[in-house]
Amino acid sequence: MPDDILVDIEDLQFNYDGRPVLQGINMKIPRGKVVAIMGGSGCGKTTLLRCIGGQLRPTGGRVRLEKHQVCEMSEAELYRLRRKMGMLFQFGALFTDMSVFDNVAFPLREHTDMSEEMIRDLVMMKLEAVGLRGARKLMPGELSGGMARRVALARAVALDPMLVMYDEPFTGLDPIALGVIGQLIRKLNDALGATSIMVTHDIHESLLIVDYIYFLNGGRVVAEGTPDEIRASKDPFVHQFVYAEVEGPVHFDYPAPSIRQELLAGVTRV
Amino acid sequence: MNRTVLDLWVGFFVALGIAALLFLALKVGNLSSAHMSETYVLQAKFDNIGGLKVRGPVKSAGVVVGRIAEIKFDPVSYEAVVTLNVDGRYQFPKDTFASIYTAGLLGEQYVGLDVGGDEKMLKAGDTIAKTQSAVVLEKMISQFLFSKAADGQDKK
Amino acid sequence: MFSPASLIRKLGHATVERIWRLGFAARFFVAILRLSGTSFRRLPLTLREIYFSGVLSLLIILVSGLFVGLVLGLQGFETLQRYGSTEALGVLVALSLTRELGPVVAALLFASRAGSSVTAEIGLMKATEQLKAMDMMAVNPIARVVAPRFWGGVVAMPLLAAMFSAMGVLGGWLIGVVFIGVDDGAFWSQMQAGVDWRYDVWNGVIKSFVFGIAVSLIAVFEGYDSVPTAEGVSRAITRTVVTSALTILALDFVLTSFMFRGAS
Ligand SMILES: Nc1ncnc2c1ncn2[C@@H]1O[C@H](COP(=O)(O)OP(=O)(O)O)[C@@H](O)[C@H]1O
Ligand SMILES: [Mg+2]
Repeated sequence: MPDDILVDIEDLQFNYDGRPVLQGINMKIPRGKVVAIMGGSGCGKTTLLRCIGGQLRPTGGRVRLEKHQVCEMSEAELYRLRRKMGMLFQFGALFTDMSVFDNVAFPLREHTDMSEEMIRDLVMMKLEAVGLRGARKLMPGELSGGMARRVALARAVALDPMLVMYDEPFTGLDPIALGVIGQLIRKLNDALGATSIMVTHDIHESLLIVDYIYFLNGGRVVAEGTPDEIRASKDPFVHQFVYAEVEGPVHFDYPAPSIRQELLAGVTRV
Repeated sequence: MNRTVLDLWVGFFVALGIAALLFLALKVGNLSSAHMSETYVLQAKFDNIGGLKVRGPVKSAGVVVGRIAEIKFDPVSYEAVVTLNVDGRYQFPKDTFASIYTAGLLGEQYVGLDVGGDEKMLKAGDTIAKTQSAVVLEKMISQFLFSKAADGQDKK
Repeated sequence: MFSPASLIRKLGHATVERIWRLGFAARFFVAILRLSGTSFRRLPLTLREIYFSGVLSLLIILVSGLFVGLVLGLQGFETLQRYGSTEALGVLVALSLTRELGPVVAALLFASRAGSSVTAEIGLMKATEQLKAMDMMAVNPIARVVAPRFWGGVVAMPLLAAMFSAMGVLGGWLIGVVFIGVDDGAFWSQMQAGVDWRYDVWNGVIKSFVFGIAVSLIAVFEGYDSVPTAEGVSRAITRTVVTSALTILALDFVLTSFMFRGAS
């Protein structure tokens, strides 16, 4: 059933100033599931999310969200579509000039005509869900990294979106906070009946909470599967990722000529 | 929507700004006193206007009764055409004399209206017939020297 | 190292870069105007920016205005005394302030006090992805963040300039009349005779309005166009102050030559 697929990505390509970042991504994200996208830093995960949200126009390929072709929509249409999406940014991106309460209330105030009492009730519910109702008067500068992430989470789901995207929700968190956020993502997804896409490098946490995992490398999907399939996988890439090995198909260097060549070139130039 | 402390500050700020503007307009500028409710236009032709400037005063008996609106050169008669905005409260007779005076030795120049005795009054758009040009210092000096020289020759 | 060819190439590159940015700034300005509906429909947003740009600049503007007036009074008295026309002190102080110093100095202070902080705020919002997050929440950052700051500055600037001039006149009066002993009546009456409210005062207000548009546009643009790093934002702040100062002085020259041409 094609209707089961909320986000359908076909042969998606993207270049930054001519340097290819995404080189033909294919993904199908089913409704109601939590899907993880994994890959090393700089392999284009954030770029992929921003293409899904329509903030970046891909150089090739298509992104379908429900019945909409995201890449062909006008600014106004995109804004209408984005009201049904939530996104948690890599570093939270809380509005630093507003309190926790106002941050979570922001989407409600911007997009609905609710009375202040209704907004208050809704915000309290969202903050309760992330366990920060008591912190509503604090400013973002007074929050720890984990708390800020949870506030951003509450804000991302304030309008009960049908699609929530999380950009590295686990980075910089201690193991406990990490587990809390992981459970929250799962809980919120099921409570809202939403669909979630989660970008992360944390394989172990992901294996616990997600329904499906995609591995990206070199701008392509190199492996995919359910958590059980991934655990059982013999794929060298997956193996390297799961066991955090230094040697393997993933190179941690930015593409460059060999160091020997470059040193020699330096010698000849002088 | 509730009133906030911020509103109070902004209100205070705007009020202070408007007060400053009013101060500049009323106390510094002369919006209140120089307010000429209605003016009418008169014209005067001069052979030479000297250093007369647009917006300079028009005075009668030393009182400012108008402002100079425009100064043009008439290519036919080779004269300067000066347009005066005169306060609507004042009327001047037909045979009024328009002269260009200097306030003090080096002060600004203005148009003085010396009133005649005619029964009929000047109407808006009229041209003042009798005018006297500005005194040009060089001319005066050379005239003076010339007449001295002439005197000297006569005596011989 | 500095071969002429590379120098010319660099120069050409810099020029093209400038023109490119200017074009972008023009398009940005149009976008602000087009997306200004929110600023007027939701007045509290703009009031907040009037507070940050205007109210918080009050102290520096009032104090500077007073001191400029004091200095003008002293210097003016010195010079006028030589010609025995000290009662013209009022005109001198008032004309200098309403026509030139009020709008120009207030705008320079405004650029460094309020303009720089607007640039910093928008630049940091960009660097911390707050603008992108807002865009993702279907809220246009130009409408929600940039336009209210722009209009706040445009409203605050003429009011600040008027306060600066008024304060300056009072400063001149304080020095001239209270301390030196110029005749109070002559001071004010000469001033009122010599300052035309429409020609001098109003033209000054128009100047400060134009400066307000220029400085506010530069401030929001530099913030929005900054490189989203700590260094990029600090450079953007510097550029706001420098570009604003040059723009104010250049605009002042152009406006003055239009406004005060011909007549004395
Ligand atoms: N604004 C940009 N301009 C140019 N290159 C960029 C930009 N943003 C990201 N990149 C490059 O694109 C690649 C992918 O970035 P990103 O999607 O942020 O990676 P990640 O997977 O860590 O989220 C990186 O190599 C980065 O250098
Ligand atoms: Mg990233």
